[in-house]
Amino acid sequence: MAIPKIPIGDGVEYVVNWIEDDFGILLDIFSDVTDYIISGLNDTLLLFPPIVFALIIGIAAYFIGKKDLKLAIGSTVGLLLIENMGLWVLSMETISLVITSAFLALIIAIPLGIVSAKNEFAYHVIKPLLDLMQTMPSFVYLIPAVIFFGLGNVPGLVATIVFAMPPAIRLTTLGIQQVPKELTEVADAFGSTPWQKLTKVELPTALPSIMAGVNQCIMLSLSMVVIAAMIGARGLGYQVLIGIQRVDIGQGFEAGLGIVIIAIILDRFTQHLTPK
Amino acid sequence: MLTGDFNIKQEKKIEVRNLTKIFGKKPKKALSLIESGSSKSEIFEKTGQNVGLYNVNFDIYEGEIFVIMGLSGSGKSTLLRCINRLIEPTAGHIILDGEDVATANSEELREIRRKKMGMVFQNFALIPHRTVLDNVAYGLEIQGISKEERDVKAKEAIETVGLKGYEDSKTSQLSGGMQQRVGLARALATDPDVLLMDEAFSALDPLIRSEMQDELLALEDKMQKTIVFVSHDLDEALKLGDRIMIMHDGQIAQIGTAENILTEPADDYVSKFVAGVDRTKILTAETVMKRADPVVSMNSSPKVALQLMREHGISSIFVVNREKHLKGIISVDDAVSGSKAGKTIKDVMTSDVTVTYPDTPLNELIPIIENSSPIAVTKDDRKLLGVIVRGSVLGALAIEEA
Ligand SMILES: Nc1ncnc2c1ncn2[C@@H]1O[C@H](COP(=O)(O)OP(=O)(O)OP(=O)(O)O)[C@@H](O)[C@H]1O
Ligand SMILES: [Mg+2]
Repeated sequence: MAIPKIPIGDGVEYVVNWIEDDFGILLDIFSDVTDYIISGLNDTLLLFPPIVFALIIGIAAYFIGKKDLKLAIGSTVGLLLIENMGLWVLSMETISLVITSAFLALIIAIPLGIVSAKNEFAYHVIKPLLDLMQTMPSFVYLIPAVIFFGLGNVPGLVATIVFAMPPAIRLTTLGIQQVPKELTEVADAFGSTPWQKLTKVELPTALPSIMAGVNQCIMLSLSMVVIAAMIGARGLGYQVLIGIQRVDIGQGFEAGLGIVIIAIILDRFTQHLTPK
Repeated sequence: MLTGDFNIKQEKKIEVRNLTKIFGKKPKKALSLIESGSSKSEIFEKTGQNVGLYNVNFDIYEGEIFVIMGLSGSGKSTLLRCINRLIEPTAGHIILDGEDVATANSEELREIRRKKMGMVFQNFALIPHRTVLDNVAYGLEIQGISKEERDVKAKEAIETVGLKGYEDSKTSQLSGGMQQRVGLARALATDPDVLLMDEAFSALDPLIRSEMQDELLALEDKMQKTIVFVSHDLDEALKLGDRIMIMHDGQIAQIGTAENILTEPADDYVSKFVAGVDRTKILTAETVMKRADPVVSMNSSPKVALQLMREHGISSIFVVNREKHLKGIISVDDAVSGSKAGKTIKDVMTSDVTVTYPDTPLNELIPIIENSSPIAVTKDDRKLLGVIVRGSVLGALAIEEA
């Protein structure tokens, strides 16, 4: 006897249609707003001549890195190399996407991390979700993003946000859970309100862990933004994709090098901002 | 019973009534078991509930240092944390200044914690990203006190604990002893009546610990706070405690002064607990002295003195005036020759008497008792309180051997 095909595909389609019909306007608004943020940031970054921008980043690196000359020079030279390869505009597009998506991811992830550290029920809901999310290959996230937002920067951004959140949630939760019991007792014993306890004792004490989460979130954003080129996100990833499609090793390699430079700069900056 | 002379108003500051704490989700079951006489370990085996405290009742007086002692797991920290409700009691009351902390709502509780109680922690528990000053000012900060005002108060507290000049240091750069001074200053900054200290000096090495104990005592002389101090170190308890409470399996084994507990242990547990203490440091002249009886009056005669000595089988007798002030001593030999020669008491007595005071520790008397028995114990105005002979010192020490 033949088992009839279970209509999974039909079911999913039905749900998606329902969401699109009933929440379509919300999706459109979200789409417009984020698009506006990304292009706004991108335009701002492009206001600076590349040399000026590279120097500003170099000087910032010098101070953030506690007078680390190697980091300062490396950042400036790296950025100038990008300009030299003719990848400046694409790089700024990538950076805009990374910053926007990491920022939005953190805005969601840190409060979620706090809630799951404070609330047993939330913890037991969020933890298996995170486990699931981290076992899935990254481009799986692209599918629902495309379904709801079509092709372009916005679905790339959405997929990136979802993909980059888990470590930030996890490390925020972990950081707060690891605040020594005596310290939370101090907060209580002197009569702190729950909010004072959180903001004056728990978050500052958990800051190194939270910042490690921020770092990971940014790095994951970068890697996802590159992959999101597959669904039309712009930037260096797109260049890599074209390189692959045309079997143009040189172009692909140059774009890849640009990504690596940006990755290293972003990584060092966030690491240095983490209190020891 | 000796109650000692602590210069404290015997006014109740904290009254703990029927305080019970069961750790676990089914306290009722554990409660009914404990009422039917099961032990802490039996209840844990049967129900998985952990009896932290059971039906604890005691008072803490204003201005005293009240030390809570006991073996690990006896419930000391639990009890201390029930007082400011860092641990929520299962049942019972904690009356502080007539107000029940146990039933206070969260608003009231916060107010009590802010204004009336300070706490010092075993591992200092300084907030790592804050300077010394900002750590000390924490309690004031969360009360919404302005930065200038709280800095002034915090600096005062820092000076009190001897850390002036370290205001802007990072706490991680300080030694353990200094960190705990910061912890103490933080508790003092809000000027609470009650200080709760959980093994506050246990993490310090012995020399620093002893120094901190001395400073706490000096501070207490000046400030007259009510201090509840948890310790597992008997020497520390004896040194600091105006009164000591010994806990056993979540219940009170004994409450009393150091002398009470050493000389009249309530049960075997307490006896074992205090065995091995260097009694000579704790016992005082007052605890080992005997009543000075008989004494002879200044107006009496050597003959009467001789008679009294014969009757009581003693070889010397103190001479006192009408107000019982010590005037001198007469030995048997002098009394014999004096009464033959018809001399007066004044003629035969010698005023060369070894005198000590009630609170002199025994270890200071042991070296002199050999050559100067008997020793008179008097008040500052030489009013005779008692006498110490060699035998009574040895007797007191012998209790320890037994
Ligand atoms: N949060 C908790 N959950 C379950 N049981 C607890 C908890 N806290 C304490 N207990 C139990 O309560 C009892 C008393 O513990 P408490 O910490 O008060 O002992 P203590 O006298 O302070 O010991 P120590 O000298 O080791 O600090 C112990 O049996 C302990 O296991
Ligand atoms: Mg303890």
